[in-house]
Amino acid sequence: MNKKLQALIGAGAMAVSAMAMSAAQAAETIKVGVLHSLSGTMAISETTLKDTVLMLVDDLNKNGGLLGKQVEAVVVDPASDWPLFAEKARELIEQEQVDVVFGCWTSVSRKSVLPVFEELNSMLFYPVQYEGEESSRNVFYTGAAPNQQAIPAVDYLMSEDGGSAERIVLLGTDYVYPRTTNKILRSYLNGNGISDEDIMENYTPFGHSDWQSIVADVKAFASAGKKTAVVSTINGDANVPFYKELANQGIKAEDIPVVAFSVGEEELAGIDTAPLVGHLAAWNYFQSVESDANSAFIEKWHAFIGDESRVTNDPMEATYIGFNMWKQAVEQAGTTDVDAVRQAMYGQEVANLTGGTAVMNTNHHLSKPVLIGEVQDDGQFDIVWETEGTVVGDAWSDFLPESAKLTADWTYPWVCGNCEKPMY
Amino acid sequence: MRNDMFSMLRRSPFCIQQARKVVLGFGLLFACLLIFATALPKGAMAYSDEELRIVAEGLNAKSATQKIKVIEEMAADGDPRVAPILRAMLEGDLYVRESDEHIVITRKQGKVYTHIDIVSGEEVGESGSKEISKIKVNNRLRGVLRDALATLNLFSSDLTTRTNAVEQIMDARDPAMLPLLLRAIDREENETLLARMELARATMALAAGETTEERLAAIEVLSSETTPQIRAVLSQFVASAEAEGYEPEVVAAAEDALESVEGRLSTWQTVGDVYRGISLGSVLLLAAVGLAITFGVMGVINMAHGEMIMIGAYTTFMVQQALGSFLPSGSAWSLVISVPAAFLVAGAVGVVIERCVIRFLYGRPLETLLATWGVSLVLQQAIRTIFGATNQQVTAPDFMSGAIEFSTGLVLTYNRLWIILFSIIVVAGIAAVLRYTAFGLQMRAVTQNRRMAGSVGIRTGYVDALTFGLGSGIAGIAGVALSQISNVSPNLGQTYIIDSFMVVVFGGVGNLWGTVLGAFSLGIVNKFLEPMAGAVLAKIFVLIALILFIQKRPKGLFALKGRAVEA
Repeated sequence: MNKKLQALIGAGAMAVSAMAMSAAQAAETIKVGVLHSLSGTMAISETTLKDTVLMLVDDLNKNGGLLGKQVEAVVVDPASDWPLFAEKARELIEQEQVDVVFGCWTSVSRKSVLPVFEELNSMLFYPVQYEGEESSRNVFYTGAAPNQQAIPAVDYLMSEDGGSAERIVLLGTDYVYPRTTNKILRSYLNGNGISDEDIMENYTPFGHSDWQSIVADVKAFASAGKKTAVVSTINGDANVPFYKELANQGIKAEDIPVVAFSVGEEELAGIDTAPLVGHLAAWNYFQSVESDANSAFIEKWHAFIGDESRVTNDPMEATYIGFNMWKQAVEQAGTTDVDAVRQAMYGQEVANLTGGTAVMNTNHHLSKPVLIGEVQDDGQFDIVWETEGTVVGDAWSDFLPESAKLTADWTYPWVCGNCEKPMY
Repeated sequence: MRNDMFSMLRRSPFCIQQARKVVLGFGLLFACLLIFATALPKGAMAYSDEELRIVAEGLNAKSATQKIKVIEEMAADGDPRVAPILRAMLEGDLYVRESDEHIVITRKQGKVYTHIDIVSGEEVGESGSKEISKIKVNNRLRGVLRDALATLNLFSSDLTTRTNAVEQIMDARDPAMLPLLLRAIDREENETLLARMELARATMALAAGETTEERLAAIEVLSSETTPQIRAVLSQFVASAEAEGYEPEVVAAAEDALESVEGRLSTWQTVGDVYRGISLGSVLLLAAVGLAITFGVMGVINMAHGEMIMIGAYTTFMVQQALGSFLPSGSAWSLVISVPAAFLVAGAVGVVIERCVIRFLYGRPLETLLATWGVSLVLQQAIRTIFGATNQQVTAPDFMSGAIEFSTGLVLTYNRLWIILFSIIVVAGIAAVLRYTAFGLQMRAVTQNRRMAGSVGIRTGYVDALTFGLGSGIAGIAGVALSQISNVSPNLGQTYIIDSFMVVVFGGVGNLWGTVLGAFSLGIVNKFLEPMAGAVLAKIFVLIALILFIQKRPKGLFALKGRAVEA
């Protein structure tokens, strides 16, 4: 009896000490939250970014970790359900006590988690091109703002090399990103001598699959004699039937080029691109860019994912830049404390995969080069145009009167994301 | 003079740069020379081997503007060797060999590029992609290349090539091509093509014409045709009438012509809308017809119906992969093989679902709804785990790519035409099975009066399973067709589930013909609303109309009568 009791106590003590040890070990790791949908509609795009973060964490650990500690990725699945994004974000920050979160794809999911990050003063890295008109103290935007994607793309279409387009069709999926981007574009086009009658705007529901009428409309619109180009903010699943319809109705890129902001290597993977050669996409990164950093990245990605046919894309580079900036800022600050890291983020530089360096500005947006690529028959892009040097991401568009007067600057004396004059 | 220049050039390589500039500068002059020297036999200005090589090097110039100059010059020369070079450039097969800076046409096989000399047209070696660099083209260059090839092809001996060339010239509407076109008209013997050429001439002559008579004649030719290009030509002419100071009678004639062309075009627009409506209807019909059986006949609210479509699409993908790796020569038949394969796979999944889940829930619609909703999530995530979340590529066979294009702007794409035909065959097949087979008879008996059917010896459970299997199998077949126009992704089914229910409810539960009529009327109404209201609003309007309709006729278009249905 006595012996039994002793054994029991002993076992209990061992269990307690084991728990204490694991707790101590847990304190020795730095936790990184990954908030990307792994099921539902957005899984198609976001799963890749989850894998990218895991690869970067893995790589970091192999090179000795961060601040002498191992980094641990905590993956949750918000299942393409916008309110669930907020719940999962809270879970990551409050229960899992992560130091930073990489996540979100759609703007609506970002808007959903925004109050959580601001309330709990945590840090989110958002890696996707978006409509701008936002700057939160707790979010770093490593994807392109409209002036880093949409405006240069339209400039290219109107240039001699891009075909000197005089009529523009704005096609988009019906939600906040296309609507805001097209509002900015319309105002920009009007300022560049393209009147409203030469602009056609059309919105379709998510997952729209019957493009016959719209493609026929575009063709009719283009037959008016002026050179016409299409700017597409069509998102996700709807793109494949759209491009199939374009190809089948025989629209050639030199007649009506389509420049897309949401179509990258990954989206083209489901289409036979031979009839689409010459259609365009504007991004800050293409897999086809020839640089040592890029080939190393692609090689690492293939090794990590175990599939040579998987492609890389722009949001992956944005994740790469964001992750490395955060790493450098943590090293510089010597802590993972959110306020200290945020201060260290400003001016942080990371080499782009495409050459040159990305710099984090005080409006929480990056300075990055803008590239325009043409679809090739192998599903890759051939770069036909790029900006000289980098473009500073603009949180508040200069082409909308109500946002042109706003400034985002999180350093003294502004310390504000949407102010007309400094706080101090 | 030109030969002198090049013999000098051959003697002193130092002048090459300068000489090339001269060549570029004179390019346009030569073009004009050629155009006016219509009597010259073809090839009279052909390049010598050396000249061709030097001129072609200009295609690798830095700026697009420089490249265009060279292309135009080469096209104007009329050397028969030019066309293959320009075509290769257009198709992205023109490369610079790094070793000797020579320009070569390449043919790619796997990872090996075979080099073809631009001068001799013979194979001169091969390499990987590292040793050669591509001559880049952009859309502007492609347009110029196509126009240049069109002028070269205008005199081709092949009728199709000539026809395409004329269409290209008609699209370009470049007055500079008019003299060349006139020359081609003199030679042309084919009457149909001659008419197109006259039309092309009229489009150019309208703006370029000198006298009132010429313009009026051009307008007359134009007004007899019905194409969007003609409308553009006429409306441009009318718009610029004031600025150019055209005669009032010409402008009036042009306005009349424009009006009649527009009138005829809008009729064609309506024809196009109807066709697109039928096409959308056929897609809806394919998606819904399986549901018409499981929901309409059996009364099972099957939320996993969309996933059966998805399984059919993935089966198509698997069949295509398997054929690609084991029997490449048979890959053209992949869709034909996929139809029975998708039917069997989806049907088998359907039978399993019916035996394991649904048969315990007959008569409890709410539980069935929730359970099948759960099944649909399970199936989606299973596919996502097996195949990954990204889209899979199902390639279209040749007979399904491209379109029949009418000059009136109406485009009938082959894949849609095949799907319309396919949906008709599927419905006819189902109707035949229900009407003429023993299984069809048993199925109808069980739905009409289960107890009585059971007492005359029909194994009702067995019939239920097979009926559900049939409905699911047909959804699988729909997946084969939808893989041609939609994403093959785990979400494929969700896109169609709501529409399918809409069609079945609208058409009338339990009636196959109701489903057919429902699908086509919803499709056509949708397509007529879409150009007016936009895709989003059109969908909303259709839904509201449907709700109102159901208020008035709760049983749909064709209500089944009799007490059996109520049981």
